[in-house]
Amino acid sequence: MDDTSTEPRCPRLRGLRVCDLSGQLAGAGSTRVLAAFGAEVIRVEDPVRQGRWDVTRGIAPFTDERRGIELGGAFNQFNVGKRGVTVNLRDERGKELLRRLIAVSDVVTENFAAGVMERLGFTYDTMREIRPDIVYVSNCGFGHDSPYSGFRTWGPIVQAVSGLSFLSGIAGMPPAGMGLSYMDHQGANFMTVALMAALIHRQRTGEGQWVDMACVDAGLSLTGPGLLDYTVNGRRARTDTVVDSNHSSAPAMAPHNVYPAAGEDAWVSIACRDDRDWRAMADVLDAQWPREDCYATTAGRLGAQDELDGRISAWTATLDRFDAAARLQAAGVPAAAVLTAEDRIEHDRGTLDWGLFPTVTHPAIGSVRVDGLPLHLDEDDWCIERAAPTLGQDNDYVFRDLLGLTEDELAAHREDGVI
Amino acid sequence: MLGGALAGIRVVEIASDHAASAGKLLAELGAEVVLVEPPGGHPGRRYPPFAEDVPGDDRSLWWWHYQCGKRSIVLDLEDAGGRDGFRELVRHSDLVLEGEPPGRLGGLGIDADRCRAADGRLVWVSVTGYGRETARRDEQFTDLTLQAGGGQMWMTGYDDHRLPPVRWGGDQGFHIGGVWAVIGALVALHGRVRDGAGTLVDVSMHAAANVTTEQGNHHWLVARQEVGRLTCRHAAPVGRPTQETMAVSADGIWVNTGVPGRLPRDYAQLLGWLAELGLADGFAESVWLDIGARREATDYGAVGLDPEVTECLSAARSAMTLIATTLSAREFFEGAQRRGIACGPLYSPDEAMDSVHSRARGFPVRLYYEEVDREVEHPGAPFVLHGAPWSAPRRAPKLGEYQHLAPSARLDPAPPRIGLAHRTSEHVRHEEQKCP
Repeated sequence: MDDTSTEPRCPRLRGLRVCDLSGQLAGAGSTRVLAAFGAEVIRVEDPVRQGRWDVTRGIAPFTDERRGIELGGAFNQFNVGKRGVTVNLRDERGKELLRRLIAVSDVVTENFAAGVMERLGFTYDTMREIRPDIVYVSNCGFGHDSPYSGFRTWGPIVQAVSGLSFLSGIAGMPPAGMGLSYMDHQGANFMTVALMAALIHRQRTGEGQWVDMACVDAGLSLTGPGLLDYTVNGRRARTDTVVDSNHSSAPAMAPHNVYPAAGEDAWVSIACRDDRDWRAMADVLDAQWPREDCYATTAGRLGAQDELDGRISAWTATLDRFDAAARLQAAGVPAAAVLTAEDRIEHDRGTLDWGLFPTVTHPAIGSVRVDGLPLHLDEDDWCIERAAPTLGQDNDYVFRDLLGLTEDELAAHREDGVI
Repeated sequence: MLGGALAGIRVVEIASDHAASAGKLLAELGAEVVLVEPPGGHPGRRYPPFAEDVPGDDRSLWWWHYQCGKRSIVLDLEDAGGRDGFRELVRHSDLVLEGEPPGRLGGLGIDADRCRAADGRLVWVSVTGYGRETARRDEQFTDLTLQAGGGQMWMTGYDDHRLPPVRWGGDQGFHIGGVWAVIGALVALHGRVRDGAGTLVDVSMHAAANVTTEQGNHHWLVARQEVGRLTCRHAAPVGRPTQETMAVSADGIWVNTGVPGRLPRDYAQLLGWLAELGLADGFAESVWLDIGARREATDYGAVGLDPEVTECLSAARSAMTLIATTLSAREFFEGAQRRGIACGPLYSPDEAMDSVHSRARGFPVRLYYEEVDREVEHPGAPFVLHGAPWSAPRRAPKLGEYQHLAPSARLDPAPPRIGLAHRTSEHVRHEEQKCP
């Protein structure tokens, strides 16, 4: 039996079929979770542009010098465990295929800009006519009923306009924001939450629904209690507060920072949650100055934070980052080295013991590790063992076996560029 | 009848800092969340800032934010009577959410194994720093140390590496683990509704952070490349410039000028916009925009390899920066977006909540607090479930407010149920595939 015809191993969401028009990390990152739990996720791609609406198709990283739409490491990462078909939605026959696929699916997902599905002739109402209890999840930056609905976003844009980027930085410096597309991950995660909630609702009532997911709103919901400092106390973040995210004023903790360790660009994070942590740290520092009265309380330490940071840095700078963290952890103080990708993936017991990076075998890329899931279930746990689909890999299975097209019809569709 | 998706489902949450956001989300999805606090209340009640800057057990804005929608009772789990109360509460609940250190509840005789032995349908979600069984399970953690170990910090900061890497504000390390805890809870509840079976869900916040790196992981996994420390942009391998995406608008707000467009029409739009603003003549790189408008789509993967693509994308970036510094942040944002160019100003959270988008979408929700004798706006729903609306949450619970709560009483009305589960196509297929 070849790899592509193997049923998903995890029975948790077995029976759930997803017609998946989503892509990029913000959409594909959600449906990959369903696939890991055994759902049949059928990713629908455009044969005309060879799936390159999804910018991760065919871009770096690559395992070797070969290039091409089947060789991009990012696409494989975000689409493990899915099936793949091609449908040309510019063609009426392509639309008919999509209608037939929706008719045998439980869920339709997409993360096009608002309006794209409508222009293709697929709204929640038209989908509901095809399949009355369909769960339809649209995921875009601003949702479908905002004055900004047509606006285009990537993760870093969502982070900017939702207030998240503003919150990260060192005092006196411009915002550092986030050095990666956080809201593509969280957009995908919230999409999974919404989708599962809608499925539970359907289990209990028999009713489907449309979920209008807006990544900007998800971002805004993550900015925290500081927002209430505005709505309750009238304090505006831009003019009335200082962003200094390596420190912590709420909850109040000091010391709380990232300190230089021995070696180039080596750092260790340390947080004293309370006076007990500080007394334990004072024992580790094994010097007189930490026992001075001015440092005895959180308020005192917060007031002398810069001086405190300087003295702690002088200590950490003499130590290997892992050694500094281990000494503090042994005393019960939260501390952790700042880890590189190599540290995290190859040497860290927290990820290795978890089995966080399973291996899949891709027909073009070869054997490669990908991200697993950060939760384990005691029964019917997730399983990631199939690579991302190659373009149109499952056309025969889906169109012939599932939808009942004849070989002649399939051949004609291929000939005419419908699939 | 419309009700939240989780209406009628009762969650017992043992109060913690790091799993509070998970319980909040479950409450907002309609679950009845009963928060168990220790005598005197959870320390979060005393986290600043406070309403009107006056400290008090019921005035912490951290508490108001993360505990809204929940009910709270005080139970001393160190005391036999408190533990009996906890068992009784769990016996009448569907799901337990806890962030206790591995082993603590076992030592008290109220751990997942024992509670699940008494009720096979119980879903138990454990949210720990490093998972229940890894070698690091007993390590202490905060949001800061999670982001240090998860890759977020290594990838975020400034070009000047004498400055330390930067933690993301707003406790994102906790939020990442929190949303995965909810995903686990919902996957488990889905199984419970379908088959009546409970599940133990083991969430590692460290693992969650470690799969939230965009390209950080697969550049290493696929090509053994490290991704560098960047400012406000997509992850990329080391050696690429970083702060270039940022510019200051004419009204002094940092803006993210985004990823330059790759289609001919994006370049044409930029040329037209420069001309409209009277900036075209002074812009030396117009020639590359012109080329970009006439060639086929530029491919990001060719940056640094194909000189023409590199120049075109660089010119687009320069044009965006020039326009950004000429206009107000909002003019730049709306002007670019109306031309199909993705970019955005770095609004503060309060500016974002007051934006025309947020107001038009009805994002904020209003809750009455007697402490300030008025309704207070909270951030609202991250998505709109049209068929199972976001629960209008209740205010964060006052200390001891629900102490009278009888464990067997359900305060929220149960939703209409059709047997154990409605037979959907999903169920039919599930059963068919179980017995081929």
